[in-house]
Amino acid sequence: MSEDIISKLKENVIQGRKTEDDEGIEEDLTGPGVIELTQQALDANIPANQIIMDGLTSGMEVVGEKFSTKEYYIPDMLASADAVGAAMDLLKPHLEKSGVAGKGKFAIVTVKGDIHDIGKNIVAILLKGAGYDVYDLGIDIPTEKIVEYVKNEKPDYLGLSALLTTTMVVMGDVIEALKSAGIRDSVKVLVGGAAVSEEYAKEIGADFYCLDGFDAVKKLDALQAA
Amino acid sequence: MAREGLLIERPLLRMTQEQVERIHQASMEILMDPGLICFNKDAADIFQENGAEVTTLPDYNHPAWLIKIPEQMVLKALDSAPKTIKLGARNPENALIMNGEESRVYYITGSETNIWLDVDFPTYVKKADSSKEIQVPEFIPRRGTVADLCQSAHVCEHLDTLDGYIRTVNIQDKDITEENKDVNKYFASLNNITKHVMAGLTSLDQLDNVVNMAEIITGGKDQLKENPIISFITCLVKSPLQFVEDTTDTFIEICKRGLPVVVSSAPQAGSTAPIKEAGIIAQINSEVLAGITLGQLVNPGTPVLYGSVPVRARMDTLNDSYGCVETSQYNIDCVQLARYYKIPNYSTSGVCDPKIPGQQSSIERLFSDILVTLSGPQYLHCTYGLLDCNSVFCLPQAVLDDAHFKMIKFFLRQPIIDEEELADVLKQIRTVSGTPQKIFISYIRKVMRSGQLSEAYPFDGDGEGDNVFKLACEKTQALLEKPVDHIDEATTSTIFKEIPGLLPRLNIYQ
Ligand code: B12
Repeated sequence: MSEDIISKLKENVIQGRKTEDDEGIEEDLTGPGVIELTQQALDANIPANQIIMDGLTSGMEVVGEKFSTKEYYIPDMLASADAVGAAMDLLKPHLEKSGVAGKGKFAIVTVKGDIHDIGKNIVAILLKGAGYDVYDLGIDIPTEKIVEYVKNEKPDYLGLSALLTTTMVVMGDVIEALKSAGIRDSVKVLVGGAAVSEEYAKEIGADFYCLDGFDAVKKLDALQAA
Repeated sequence: MAREGLLIERPLLRMTQEQVERIHQASMEILMDPGLICFNKDAADIFQENGAEVTTLPDYNHPAWLIKIPEQMVLKALDSAPKTIKLGARNPENALIMNGEESRVYYITGSETNIWLDVDFPTYVKKADSSKEIQVPEFIPRRGTVADLCQSAHVCEHLDTLDGYIRTVNIQDKDITEENKDVNKYFASLNNITKHVMAGLTSLDQLDNVVNMAEIITGGKDQLKENPIISFITCLVKSPLQFVEDTTDTFIEICKRGLPVVVSSAPQAGSTAPIKEAGIIAQINSEVLAGITLGQLVNPGTPVLYGSVPVRARMDTLNDSYGCVETSQYNIDCVQLARYYKIPNYSTSGVCDPKIPGQQSSIERLFSDILVTLSGPQYLHCTYGLLDCNSVFCLPQAVLDDAHFKMIKFFLRQPIIDEEELADVLKQIRTVSGTPQKIFISYIRKVMRSGQLSEAYPFDGDGEGDNVFKLACEKTQALLEKPVDHIDEATTSTIFKEIPGLLPRLNIYQ
C-alpha cells in the first residue's frame, strides 16, 4: 500500500501534476496529484523524509534527466518543481517536528520601478521545488519595505530581480540600505535579470549573480554543502 | 506630403470574418469576466465615472481595483478614436499617414535593447595549409550609449525603406540618469534623423520637457499638433489583464496632451497568456481595447495606435520567441483585428532569437517580415537590426534588413497585365520564334534600364565566399559618412537653453 502511494507520487512528480485537476502530460494519468498523494502518504504514516526521498526527490531526478536530454523543457520542469514545492508546504510541519532542518528561508522580489516578473517567478518556483522556503514579496517593491522585511522576517537569502537598466541601480540601493540598517551580513544577497551581469553584481556588493534559476539552485546548494 | 509606404492591395488573411467576430465577442466577455485588475487610482476613477463596474480589491499589497468594461463603452471609444493618424517628421516629406482601413505598411525600427553589437573581422589561417586565410566576423557585445543611438539614427536616415525611428538602443552612459534619459534619447534621435521619432518614456516627469523640445523644433504648440514629430509607446496593460500603476499615469498624461500614443500589449503565449492561439488573441485584443477605451475616456478623439506584440514563449528559457512561427501567426491575427476596428496597427516582425547575425537570424527575420508585411499592418516595428529576443541591436544587420525590405517591396509591385502589355509581349514572342536563334535577349536592355527589374543582391559575394556581412559593414561605414540634416544652430541653442538635462556633448555646434 505505502509503496503504491510513493510510486504514484513519484510518477505524478514526473508528470508535474500538482493536483488531481491538473491535465498533466499523458492522457491516461488521472486521479490524485502530488498534493493529494502527499496527504495520503502522511495519513498512511509514511515518514516525511521517506516521502521526500523516495517520492519527491527521486521523481525530480528523473525530471532533471529528461530535461538534460531535451525530452523535457522549462514548462515541464516548472510544473514538477511547483508540485514538489506545494508538497513541501504540507510536509514542513512534520519535518520540523522530527527536527529535520530545511534549506533556509529565501525572500525574492522585483525592485522598485520594475514590473517584470516572469523570470522572478521561475526562480521562485525552482527554488521552492529544490526545498527552499520561498517568500515572494512581489513586484515594484520600495527599498524601505524590503529592508523592513529583512529586519523583521530574517530570511537567510534575499533575491533581487531587475530587468531595466534604470532599476538595476535600485538593487545597489537595497544593498546600501541593508548596510545602513546594520543588517547587511544577516542575509546573502542574490541578484539576477537580463540587464544584470556578474561584473555589476560585484560592483554593487551582491553575494551572487545568477544567470537563471538553475544557477541559483546550484550556487545555494553548493553553499549548503560547504 | 507623406512617405509612400507599401500599399498591400490584397492583404493576407489568417482568420475568417466569422473568426474575427468570435474573437471580438470573446474579448468583450473577458472585459466583463474576469475584467481587468487596475493598480492605477486615476484610471479606476475614470472608468467608474463613466459607468464601468469598479470594485476595490483588498487582497493585494498595493491599492487595486477590479474593472469590468461593458461592450457599449468599448464601442463608443472605438467610435471616437481617429481612423487616420498622422505621425509627423522634421522633414515634412517624411510624415506617415496611417488609415486603419488601408493596408499601407510603414517599416519602423525598435526597441531599446541593452546590448549593442560591435563587429570585427579577425583573420583565420587554415591549420593544414597556412597559405589559406579567411576573415570571419566576430561580434562583440557591449552596453549601448548615446553615441550609438546617434550613429544608428544617422544610418537609419539613409536607409530608403525605413520610414520611422524608434530608439534602437538603450543609452547607458555613466552620466545618463532616470531624470535626464528621456530628453537625451529624444534629442539624440531627433538631431540625427529627419523621419518620425517614437519612444517610451522612462520618467513621467520628463514628458513636458520632451514635448517642449518638440515644440521648439516645430515652432510651437499648434505646429506640433499639426506635425507631431514625436510620439510615445506605453505598455499600460501588463498581461494578463492588469493596468500598471506608473505607465498608466504616463498614458493618461499623454492622452490629455493629444499626442499620438501606442497602446502596446505584449503577452507571451504560455506564460502570461494561454498557449493556444484563440486564447492569446482574445486576451491581447481585450487588453489593447481596454487601453484604447481609457485613452478615449480621458480625451475623446486623441490619436491611439492598436499596439500588438504577441509572442510565443521559448520552451527552453520562457523568453519571448520572436523567431518562432506562431509569433507571426499571432501578429497577423492582430493586424486583422485592428483593421476590423479601423484603428491603425503597430505590429511586430523581424526580431530573431539568436544572439548574432547569421543563417538562423536571416531565416527567422525574413520569414516574419514577409508574412506580417503581407497582412498589411500600418506601422510595422522592430524590423531593423534586432537580435537575441529583442535584447541586442546590430547596425550592419539593420543595413541588411533594408536590402531585404527592398526585395519585399519589389515583390509587391502589382503585375502589369493589360492590353498594351500583352500586345507588346505577343509581338516579341512572334518575332523571336521566327528567328534562327530563338532568344529574347535584345528585349532585356530597355527593361533593365527602366527600373523594372529587381536589383542584384547588394551583398553578393565573389567566388565561393559569403561576404554578406563584410559588405554590410562597409555599407554601414559609407552611410555614416553621408551627411545628415541636423537641427539648425539657433534652434539647438534654444533647446539647450530651455530644456534641462541635455548632455553638452550632444551639442554639435560647441
Ligand atoms: C516580457 C517583457 C515585458 C513584459 C513583462 C511581463 C512580465 N510579467 O514580466 C511587459 C510587456 C509588461 C514589459 C514591460 C516593459 N518593458 Co519589457 N521586456 C520583456 C522581455 C521581452 C522579456 C523579459 C522576460 O520575461 N524574459 C524571460 C525571463 C525568463 O527571463 P529573465 O527575466 O531574464 O529572468 C531569468 C534570468 O535573468 C534570471 N533572473 C531574473 N531575475 C532574477 C532574480 C534572482 C534573484 C535570480 C537568482 C535570477 C534571476 O533567472 C530568470 C529565469 O531563467 C524583455 C527583453 C528580453 N528578451 O529580456 C523586455 C525588456 C526587459 N523590457 C524593456 C522595456 C523598455 C519595458 C518597458 C519600460 C516598456 C515601456 N516603454 O513601457 C516596460 C517596463 C515597465 C516597468 N516599469 O517595468 C526593455 C528594457 C530596456 C531597458 N531600459 O533596460 C527590454 C530589454 C526590451 C527591449 N529591448 O526594449 N516587458
